[in-house]
Amino acid sequence: MDLTLLTASALASGIKKREYSAREVAQAFLDRIKKTEPAVQSFITVTGERALEKAAKVDERLGRGEDMPELAGVPIALKDNICTEGVRTTCASKMLRDFIPNYSATVAQHLEKAGLIMLGKLNMDEFAMGSTCENSAFQTTKNPFDTSRVPGGSSGGSAACVAAHEAPLSLGSDTGGSIRIPASFCGVYGLKPTYGAVSRYGLVAFASSLDQIGPFARSAADIRALFSVINRRDPRDMTSLDESLFKRADSSGWVIGLPEEYFGDGIDGEVRDAVLKAAKTFEKMGHRVRPVRLALSEYALPVYYILSSAEASSNLACFDGVRYGYRAPEYDGLFDMYCRTRSEGFGSEVQRRILLGTYVLSAGFYDAYYKKAQKARAQIMAEYAAVFDEADVLLTPVSPQTAFRFGERTADPVKMYMTDICTVSVNIAGVPALSAPCGRDSRGLPIGMQLIGRRLSDYGLIDMAERFERHTGVMDTMTPAV
Amino acid sequence: MDYEAVIGLEVHAELSTESKIYCACANRFGAEVNTLCCPVCTGMPGILPALNARVIEYAVKMGLACGCRIADIVKQDRKSYFYPDLPRGYQISQFDIPLCEDGAVEFYSAGRRRKVRIRRIHIEDDAGKLLHDESFGGSLVDFNRCGVPLVEIVSEPDLRSSSEAKDYLEMIKLMLLYLGISDAKMQEGSIRCDVNVSLRERGSDTLGVRCEMKNVGSFSAVMRAIDYEIERQTKVLSSGGSVVQETRRWDDAKGQSFPLRSKEDAHDYRYFPEPNIPVITGIHAVRDRVARDLPELPMARILRYEGLGLSNYEAVTLTNAPDRADYFDSCIAAGGASYKAIANWVLGELSKLCNARSCAMGELGIEPQALTSLAALAESGALSSTGAKRVLEIMLAEGGDPEELAQKHNLIQNNDEKALAKLARSVVDSNPDSVKAYRAGKTNAIGYLVGQAMKASKGQANPQMLQKLIRAIIEE
Repeated sequence: MDLTLLTASALASGIKKREYSAREVAQAFLDRIKKTEPAVQSFITVTGERALEKAAKVDERLGRGEDMPELAGVPIALKDNICTEGVRTTCASKMLRDFIPNYSATVAQHLEKAGLIMLGKLNMDEFAMGSTCENSAFQTTKNPFDTSRVPGGSSGGSAACVAAHEAPLSLGSDTGGSIRIPASFCGVYGLKPTYGAVSRYGLVAFASSLDQIGPFARSAADIRALFSVINRRDPRDMTSLDESLFKRADSSGWVIGLPEEYFGDGIDGEVRDAVLKAAKTFEKMGHRVRPVRLALSEYALPVYYILSSAEASSNLACFDGVRYGYRAPEYDGLFDMYCRTRSEGFGSEVQRRILLGTYVLSAGFYDAYYKKAQKARAQIMAEYAAVFDEADVLLTPVSPQTAFRFGERTADPVKMYMTDICTVSVNIAGVPALSAPCGRDSRGLPIGMQLIGRRLSDYGLIDMAERFERHTGVMDTMTPAV
Repeated sequence: MDYEAVIGLEVHAELSTESKIYCACANRFGAEVNTLCCPVCTGMPGILPALNARVIEYAVKMGLACGCRIADIVKQDRKSYFYPDLPRGYQISQFDIPLCEDGAVEFYSAGRRRKVRIRRIHIEDDAGKLLHDESFGGSLVDFNRCGVPLVEIVSEPDLRSSSEAKDYLEMIKLMLLYLGISDAKMQEGSIRCDVNVSLRERGSDTLGVRCEMKNVGSFSAVMRAIDYEIERQTKVLSSGGSVVQETRRWDDAKGQSFPLRSKEDAHDYRYFPEPNIPVITGIHAVRDRVARDLPELPMARILRYEGLGLSNYEAVTLTNAPDRADYFDSCIAAGGASYKAIANWVLGELSKLCNARSCAMGELGIEPQALTSLAALAESGALSSTGAKRVLEIMLAEGGDPEELAQKHNLIQNNDEKALAKLARSVVDSNPDSVKAYRAGKTNAIGYLVGQAMKASKGQANPQMLQKLIRAIIEE
């Protein structure tokens, strides 16, 4: 039996029933990684030895008859912007090439407590800035469905490794679509939870008011299982919410809203058709579907780039070469040390956003940019609140098109930013959204649909995707080339 | 031309909470370098601040003490600049909505009652400390101070001289101590000061161009920095020049300030709301709770003491030393002697003892009731001042009731006029030479006569009365 073909839930139950050991499972995935990594390159660091040791410990405890958590022994991999004590955490940046954190992120601690086995750390766009993984300072992760195409980003490694069966589960982070875009490009599930559902403590911040850690998996049930492990209030994160607010929900009968702004020009025809077909399927399943408006959608992208860059310019100030990370080998005095360190350590996209963010926060420009964007954010949030009076859930494409080729958009940042046109407003509003596979295009590339819910309705979205999966058998068609 | 100095101070005071402002590290001075820090206060990637609620409470106390309007919310903002002692690259402070606004601090300066308006009080975190190590040839950073909570108390430019500034600072320090929210130890850097100075023609009500001196480390340095700046600006203006708005560095060792950066080079701190700390509401409930437990503040105490008939000097001196003022209050509660007499003892003999032993007045071991008894004995004349001091010595050494001790050690003064008159007569009779000398103009001969009489009484006679009686006999 090829253990790497199983879902996390299936693996967990097999481990519990002692059909195979956690160590065997870990070994199977490590073997798979060895085989597929040359083509996929989703891992920056593989922690094989550590994984086998931890798996053996789980086996030991199971052997003693201990009652273990649901996902005990199941392997997982983490985006490389989630701090792991003693394990290099690079953010795919030259700046942190050799950085080994002295503490673990709260989510990493939850995983450890739940008995999950970390296989390693995953590639991403540098500091989570990008939509393709092409901004990694180290490697280019390939889309397992077509290795000449991007896996999406910034959590490209998190999506590709799950799609390529290198891990049954992974964690990514989503600031403007960084979980959902790669999930859709790679034909897997990816949840951007409600802002505050998951502790951000230990997530190297990109834009603090938008960032959220979330799960990747190849089944909706696995998303639920992993989400329930990390959905915890954390006293270290003042923006985190109490988990009791997140209720397991039954989505049957939910009214689905189709925001017309998400189906217009600029959306690839095949993508639009696939999502509208999914809407029809939901209708057959008993949902009412109705058109709704999100008229402010066109402002979401500029608002997003102003706010996220502003926060990033400040969040990335800690990389100054003083205490950790890269420091320029030669410099003349303190100021020069800062300049050279940051010019040499950050890649061009990161520098672009720092400059943009510094500009919009500068005296004389603050009101015109940052303050205005904050006002627009409040309006977008209000519009979302209003639209959920008309519908329980919104159904949209995740990205205007399926995975594109490497280099296709790198020359034009604005064109690249358009990749996130369907996803950014979700972060602005702080609501949850799930990217779920809904079909493949004529080239065989996965197409994702986005289910956007009210705040705290994360479990409802998962339930809905699970029903869709059961009804359509869509995951049976999601077999990557690799 | 006659210039008037216009001075405003920004006081940074470290709050004495148990833990730091955004993490659980201990907030303590003097620990070994880099032992009181964690990922949060050393600004490791991925960390988040968790605001210590006690900091809000402490700052609200100071706000109330200054009569400020307290905001109903706490909103924090990031202030960005690069410096090695600031590990995140930004300080978490407050920008557009400070916790406390529009108050005033009253104090005495050179016996005059003064009032300085307080523009705002806000909370923020302290930075680390750079250590310059010869053996290393560079600078090292101690992060122990990173994340120590601060209140920044910003005054309006209502001060007019360096001594006024010092008296204002002393009052701020005293208020912090009275509120129990800061150690207020200058030598440990728990109060630091930014000084703004400008000059204007006396009588004018427009403001001149100001210079700011950052991070001046002691009250006396503040005075020196202000005096230096007044002199410097006076010279500039008198010679027809104009003062340039700039930030200057005060070098206390050299006694000079040096330009640090001009207005054009001033930092753009790029303030924006701290996204990791949601706006906290319901601060008025905190305010109302804190207000109920606010202690008596220094100015109120000074006024109360003046109301008891103490001089301004006595009232201020007592209030400035809370341990002595507390002791004084216990004494007046015990009663038995006049306020003035008690104040004399507290500010006199007992203060001397405390200074000599470097202890608080409560630690001397003299019960307030005993002190008032002693003061009463001295006040009634039952004890001479020497006798009273002697009783105090015995009380310190052995303890006991002052009256009993005085009896036991035969220190009760003889005030019996008839007996003393007899004694005076006999001394005059048996010392004709001294009497003759006195009458010849050597008036200090009377000292000898009094001394003889005291000796004869074994020290128990009232010397003032004796002197009067002897003089009366000789001058008959």
